Amino acid sequence: MENMKEVILEYVIDEYCDDESSDISFDTPLISGGLVDSFSMVSLKRFLENKYNISIPDDQATPEAFDTVTKIELLVKKFL
Amino acid sequence: MSNIGSYEKRLENFEWSIAEKELDYKPGDHINIGWYLSDRNCLMGKSDKLALIWEGLGGAEKSYTFNDIRIYSNTIASFLKNLGIKNEERVCLFMDKIPELYIGFVGILKLGAVAQPLFSAFGDESLFVRLDNAKTSAIITQRKHVSKVRKILDQLPNLKHIIIVDYDGKNPLREREIAFDMEQAEQVEHFESFPTKAESHSLLHYTSGTTGQPKGVKHVHYSLISQYLTTKWVLDLQDDDIYWCTADPGWVTGTSYGIIGPWSLGVTQCVMDIGFSADAWYKFIEKRKITMWYSAPTAIRSLMKAGNEIIKNYDLSSLRHLASVGEPLNAEAVIWSEKVFGKAFLDTYWQTETGSIMLTNFPGMKIKPGSMGKPFPGITAAILDPKTYTPYTETGKIGLIGFKPGWPAMMRTYWNNEETYKKKFENGWYLPGDRASIDNEGYFWFIGRDDDIINTGGHLVSPFEVESALLEYEAVAESAVVAKPDDVNMEVVKAFVTLKPGFTPSKDLELNIMNFIRKKLSPLAMPQEIEYVESLPKTRSGKIMRRVLHAKEWGEEIGDISTLEND
Repeated sequence: MENMKEVILEYVIDEYCDDESSDISFDTPLISGGLVDSFSMVSLKRFLENKYNISIPDDQATPEAFDTVTKIELLVKKFL
Repeated sequence: MSNIGSYEKRLENFEWSIAEKELDYKPGDHINIGWYLSDRNCLMGKSDKLALIWEGLGGAEKSYTFNDIRIYSNTIASFLKNLGIKNEERVCLFMDKIPELYIGFVGILKLGAVAQPLFSAFGDESLFVRLDNAKTSAIITQRKHVSKVRKILDQLPNLKHIIIVDYDGKNPLREREIAFDMEQAEQVEHFESFPTKAESHSLLHYTSGTTGQPKGVKHVHYSLISQYLTTKWVLDLQDDDIYWCTADPGWVTGTSYGIIGPWSLGVTQCVMDIGFSADAWYKFIEKRKITMWYSAPTAIRSLMKAGNEIIKNYDLSSLRHLASVGEPLNAEAVIWSEKVFGKAFLDTYWQTETGSIMLTNFPGMKIKPGSMGKPFPGITAAILDPKTYTPYTETGKIGLIGFKPGWPAMMRTYWNNEETYKKKFENGWYLPGDRASIDNEGYFWFIGRDDDIINTGGHLVSPFEVESALLEYEAVAESAVVAKPDDVNMEVVKAFVTLKPGFTPSKDLELNIMNFIRKKLSPLAMPQEIEYVESLPKTRSGKIMRRVLHAKEWGEEIGDISTLEND
């Protein structure tokens, strides 16, 4: 399997970052850092569900669980 | 003691001249909101008082006194003047909630130009439509957003200047771009504010319509009178308050009560420019000792979701007054806030077109959780019969909210769209487009919109705009967009689509369509769900019947479908 964190990070940069010079790492705060807003989080959740063929319950798709790529990976792995 | 004191006493012999006198304004005088928010505070002895405390990403912090606001807004106004921007020209503010947004707003008004704030999460299509309609002369933005402006620049011949406030020199500036660093620029100690009058155009906010493109709501400098007095009597701002309005100035709450209201009263306000998290918000209140907090139901419900335990980690005892705006505040949220903060969030009702608070729960008034409250003094409000547009005399009947025109902050027209503006009035009443009822004690109770507009997280989204954008996606043949119920945002966008031959429904296609709309319009407008259908319900004349789909989503009766086309 591809490195999950790399895949998620690449998707986040491609889809949510307008600023070409953004320096985003696995631990950059995405939601609390304002890079991904709560509405856009829905599309990120959908991407993860499609990519990994999982279903993330809404009550676990919290801003805290989606706040960094590292945390997202942990969340996804719970449902694999 | 609250500023308003007794609501009933305030109703007696109310005149807007109360605010005029307190602001030392006489009819016929010059009135420039920018001057009131900056120079006047310094003349009142508040030069050294903090006006703005700002926190951004990565622990960044800045603070500005009223004298800083005066000088920096002079500097911005002077910079724009030197670029050739003249009074009445539209200058767009397209930034995150950074200090330049707040101070730039003041500077534009001091120049006599028209401030046109736009939500920085707008995609290039949403941005284009609004800049094109307003024939905007200049846009003030950040590096991170400039790529959206570049994409549409060729189609905007009137846009002469793209001002980048955080240019770092790494990439060359392009056509029409210019760098401006507010704090590094040569400071301008004196700038003569443009002698605007009461009816001079001040602000252009865009709002979504059911059909057609977004409408530019024209406000004038005299709006200050309403905004000042409602801030004082409803938000109850007092001289030693530390105020936090969580709204973005890309929307009207962020300007009327996130800039004009607090600074016209010379009150310190705090701004946090980072994304939402319950921890971050509570920490901000504790650290900044916020006393007055004006927020939105979506945020309040998100805090409720985060639970009560987390609140115990913070000292929130500084809070003395809470209010809410954007969509109806549900009774559970009012009761919850009273339980956990010891104060109830007071709901306030108004909209972009009204410019200031119209119906509200006042400090000291008996709270009925879930109610919109009562009219602000000077506002004549009624529930109208939807057929005759005459006020119901009985209580409890559901009808259209109507306001008698004439309050100072009321919009003056829709920009280049007088025809639509006139349609907002019936039988001498302004119709905000909402339905409600009044109880036997005079409290208003919200029922719902009277049109198809979607209120998501307190922001209005036009189904027409989303449907039009969906049709630009290669796989979509037809589209219909309605509101879907949502626990946190009250409503979210849901799209029904039929696909063109050769395209097959799939989850990946759904995600691609969602992202297409998010980037083209905005994250708010992005459908949170897309349902593939074989056909859409239409009238025999071919008009899509959104209400049929809406009823299905909300589990309501579909109603009369006699005009529905047979398959």
